[in-house]
Amino acid sequence: MIVRISTEDQFELSDDHAERLNELDNAIVDAVAAGNEDTFKKLFDEMLSLVRDDGTVLADDDLRDSEVILPPPDLSFAEAGEEFQGDGLIPD
Amino acid sequence: MAGISGRMSTVIKAKISKMLDRAEDPGETLEYSYQKQIELLQNVKKGIADVVTSKKRLQLQSQKLEQSVVKLDTQARQALSAGNEELARAALERKQLAQSELQGLDQQVKELEGQQASLTENEKRLRAKIEAFRTKKEVIKAQYSAAEAQVKISEAATGVGEEMADVGLAMQRAVDKTENMRARASAVEELEKAGTFEDLTQLGSGSDDIDRQLHELTSSGAVDDEMAKMRAELGSGGADKTPAIEAPAEATAETEESR
Repeated sequence: MIVRISTEDQFELSDDHAERLNELDNAIVDAVAAGNEDTFKKLFDEMLSLVRDDGTVLADDDLRDSEVILPPPDLSFAEAGEEFQGDGLIPD
Repeated sequence: MAGISGRMSTVIKAKISKMLDRAEDPGETLEYSYQKQIELLQNVKKGIADVVTSKKRLQLQSQKLEQSVVKLDTQARQALSAGNEELARAALERKQLAQSELQGLDQQVKELEGQQASLTENEKRLRAKIEAFRTKKEVIKAQYSAAEAQVKISEAATGVGEEMADVGLAMQRAVDKTENMRARASAVEELEKAGTFEDLTQLGSGSDDIDRQLHELTSSGAVDDEMAKMRAELGSGGADKTPAIEAPAEATAETEESR
């Protein structure tokens, strides 16, 4: 699965990671809905780390598109309200 | 877990399909996409140049403020050793303000450096994708029938379109941040224009409007502390003390000589 971190890079991840990513996505939606900024920050950082650390960076000239596009790492809590709602970034 | 939702992805997909819908003929679509890509690449280069300009401007301001801090410190010492406590206090208040502005500016210069670095990365990536697209474009035009070409174009354009949308987003965020910084830089310039960091001896001792505002802006506790410290240093001046005290003693000596 190819995941993009907006304004950063594209990464290729295994399907196991996709599941973990989905869990985090749902947890973030809950945190945002509850207005819990600290939890949101912690989970969002975990989500980004998962992609950065366990994913492989896609070559610059690879023209494949991403299945999942994560918001930019400097996303504010207010902006998170627009991104992480309903099913989150990844539909269940 | 199929497909993506989220506002970010929706916006990007919409942009790509808009780009693809522009032309009926596959060859035209290819050329149009390629044109758009090159235009965007130029914009990214301009965007990076803007960030560099903003950074240089802030660095220049920062240098000026550093000079003001040194100047105001010297003036405070001069005033104190001449027994003009009020003038010394006014100079220290201004120095404190200049220092806090300086901290803010330095932080912003760092942020801009970070933005410059990441935009440069974005530009490099987009350039590589455009180059890959250009190669693919020629292959598609040479080897595929119109119907087949449409699918291949769609694939290639989606990949590069996603990168384009992402670079666009990175630029927008950089512009927003730079605008905030510009507002701050202007505020510092206003203070400069009002003579806040100017030579105090030309303004007279702390009784003008700027000084009244400064009293409100700076915490007098910190100014009191610095006054006390300076007084102690001046009191023990001339003697051979630690390097921390030596510098001001020298500054005072120089002042005496220049009089």
